[in-house]
Amino acid sequence: MHDANANRAAQTFAPLTASAVLVNPVGLHARPSVKLTQLAKRFTAKIEIALVADGPWTDAKSPVKVMRVKAPQGATLHFRVAGPDSEAALAAMLALVHDGFGEA
Amino acid sequence: MSSLRPGNVGIVIVSHSPKIAEGAADMVRQMVGDAVPLAWTGGDVDGGLGTNVAGILEAIETAWSPAGVAILVDLGGAETNSEMAVEMLPEDRRARVLVCNAPVVEGAVIAATESSGGSPLAAVKRSAEEFYA
Repeated sequence: MHDANANRAAQTFAPLTASAVLVNPVGLHARPSVKLTQLAKRFTAKIEIALVADGPWTDAKSPVKVMRVKAPQGATLHFRVAGPDSEAALAAMLALVHDGFGEA
Repeated sequence: MSSLRPGNVGIVIVSHSPKIAEGAADMVRQMVGDAVPLAWTGGDVDGGLGTNVAGILEAIETAWSPAGVAILVDLGGAETNSEMAVEMLPEDRRARVLVCNAPVVEGAVIAATESSGGSPLAAVKRSAEEFYA
């Protein structure tokens, strides 16, 4: 359901990209992955993350896929967001990373 | 443990060990939060290792949601007793309870994460089962 909407959104809106460095001590482990997924799910936009700017891209709304990225502290997390609420989504995702997922 | 957002899919954790079931439920609460109806059960009726149908039925009732309930189980009897419990539910509820083929701890956290975003039961089950995919 989410995926279908997100794919449609991605087709009509040019993707926004930005990156942020993971500052929290554990990196993108279980708990931060859950928070990132929960936040991503609040938006209509298709939201993807990657460890390098040209991908491979991972669906930020999938908790299992996000945990498999296993991004360590100090890694740069790239975001690619496309959809009607992409600006708000990107700002919120970057804020979460800058905040250290509320852990730092 | 009762629901704060009854629209989200409920999660039931069934382990042979009540300590594992309770611990997995603690992880769900800490990592995912309170937005998901959650219940756990473990141990046989004498307090030993095992599972029992009555306990599972009670847990389903506690975690009940109109959106349905996803059950995470550990080994053998937990699965067969859960299936038996589902069969004993009133007919209108039976189709809204699914046993997931996923590791009990990881599956519970992932299923609850999916549920907390408002995903339907089928998506919650699919996400938990991605661990074996």
